[in-house]
Amino acid sequence: MYSIVEPELCEKGVTLENVLDSPEGKRILTCIQCGTCAGTCPYGEYMEYPPRRIINMLRRGHMDEVFKSDSILRCVACYACMAKCPRGIRLSDILLPLVKEQVLANLPEIPAELQKSLQNALRYGNPMGESSRKRANWVTTSKTPVKILANDPQPVDVLWFVECYTSYYGRGQDNSRATAKLFNALGIDFAILGNEEKCAGDCGQLTWETGLFETLTDYNMVVFKKYDFKRIVTGDAHAFNAFRIRYPMYGFDYKVEHTTPFFAQYLDRLKPKLKKPLNLTVTYHDACCLGRRANIYDEGRDLLKAIPGIKLVEMTHNRINSICCGGGGGGMWLDTFFKQKGMERLSERRIKEAIATGADVLAVSCPYEIYRFEDALKTIPHEKPMVVRDVVELLAESLGED
Amino acid sequence: MNLFVLLKMVPDTVEELNVAPDSPALDAEFLRFKLSDPGEQALEQALLLKEKHGGTVTVVALDAPEVDEVLFTALAKGATRAVKIGGDWSRLQSFAAGQILAAFLKAAGSALSADALVLLRSQAIDDLEGEIGPYLADELGVPYADVVTGVTVTGNSMSIIKEFAGGLRGEFTLPLPAVLGIQSAEKPPRYVPIAKVRAALKSAKIETVDVAPPARLARFALERMYKPEAGGRAQMLEGSPEAVADKLVEVLVQQGLI
Repeated sequence: MYSIVEPELCEKGVTLENVLDSPEGKRILTCIQCGTCAGTCPYGEYMEYPPRRIINMLRRGHMDEVFKSDSILRCVACYACMAKCPRGIRLSDILLPLVKEQVLANLPEIPAELQKSLQNALRYGNPMGESSRKRANWVTTSKTPVKILANDPQPVDVLWFVECYTSYYGRGQDNSRATAKLFNALGIDFAILGNEEKCAGDCGQLTWETGLFETLTDYNMVVFKKYDFKRIVTGDAHAFNAFRIRYPMYGFDYKVEHTTPFFAQYLDRLKPKLKKPLNLTVTYHDACCLGRRANIYDEGRDLLKAIPGIKLVEMTHNRINSICCGGGGGGMWLDTFFKQKGMERLSERRIKEAIATGADVLAVSCPYEIYRFEDALKTIPHEKPMVVRDVVELLAESLGED
Repeated sequence: MNLFVLLKMVPDTVEELNVAPDSPALDAEFLRFKLSDPGEQALEQALLLKEKHGGTVTVVALDAPEVDEVLFTALAKGATRAVKIGGDWSRLQSFAAGQILAAFLKAAGSALSADALVLLRSQAIDDLEGEIGPYLADELGVPYADVVTGVTVTGNSMSIIKEFAGGLRGEFTLPLPAVLGIQSAEKPPRYVPIAKVRAALKSAKIETVDVAPPARLARFALERMYKPEAGGRAQMLEGSPEAVADKLVEVLVQQGLI
């Protein structure tokens, strides 16, 4: 039996010293040490201190021992332990990031790629270290108009928060161009922040680099206040997650939606426009921050089923049991570290399931997954060709030519 | 130990660099500055020596855009003092820079104590000749070594590893005090949590000092600055992966490589 993850926010000022006195601490004290968390963790077998043991050490006052091990770096913030805890302990939201922050502070050396991504996010507002002045360059490649608020600061309905991978990297920009096409096709009044936007800060890892997260939060909150809009829509499941559960600690009270559920609510208007049949067998990967963390499972599937000629098939692990692509919690920048520890890439474990369905397309709804699964397809042998596409890319293709 | 680290700001090459329309200099409009990479290494080496032998690390920088952030980050990493030498140094050349830094270090007194060591980058991307170190050591009258990748201090002398071309390394013994141009520290530069930098911004202080500038800031005149001219162009192969592979094989055969 699974507990329902309440859409609760995270609280400011909770530390490992005071967590047991917080409302979350009361839940932690009810832990029955069943080990479901460790068993469901995709990297549990590689952890010296899986969540169950961390709770036990915390309750017995032995956290110093836990800090000596780098085992928590294997946590990819996939929310599996939290979604399945019979006591509803919010491991991925609260306890695990606090532990990770302390472990990182105690590490003699932070894995180099991770360190670089943190420094880049601070300096350039994106983990890849691209110029912040080039963030909106992709707009010139969009065939449909995209308004930038700095140039045209009129009130809009939707503020579209584009995010990093979808701004800078080619395959991410495919997602952005598709989203722009869909907004325009539906007649949505939307605009973006352009070069004023900086990484929302979830980016998997930043929730346990509090100072960096707060620097980015402070910055983005100031930019939000400059403009007049009714709601925020983002195609990045991690930005969605940050706005939904962490930004409210800093005064954020905008309505926030992810593109997948956002377009699903317009399905009646969208469906008649989806004229071009794609004739593909598609399997859908549930993103952790949408599925397990926000109970958004059906919307992606509904959108895919609305596209003419698409046959939807399921992987062995789906919905709440979906296997993380391995990019969360800093995993995007820990591939070398995982490899050194002899750990299998989760994206490879997952792509094997996708291949086994015989689908032509692995459909995703988080920008990290394009890169992780396209890379996994390069290393995992498969006979039938498979491509990875975001749900919005498939929808935009089905709209046909403009 | 009395450790001094001289930090230099360099243009950030993530931003596009352009030549200014009216003068032989970089266009300042979109220019951003960051600490030079070997400067980060020099700081790390100083922090490692402080951890091992105790003492103080004083970071020193000439005033430049974005330098405060770099100095606060150094304090958050464990530097004891941060000093900024005020003035407009945009036209400063190496010889005068050596004089200014020497004047500051002499005034600081402890820079020439028996356990003093001055570290700086052996080069920077806009200073490949790396002359400041030797000029500075000469002004101070102390020994100098550069392209250093390791420092072991024993009493009032130290053993250093210096890199040479072709993968050669030399081990030298130098007395203290001395000036060293650091190529790389013994460990990669450490990460400092941003919360610590933010705390340093609130509680720590950067001391600003004035040093009388030398009579001539520049010894040679820069006539022209221009972007490298492209000698040839890369040929981009386009098409499906199969078509690109075929074309690539064709090119390799044509060049007699396969």
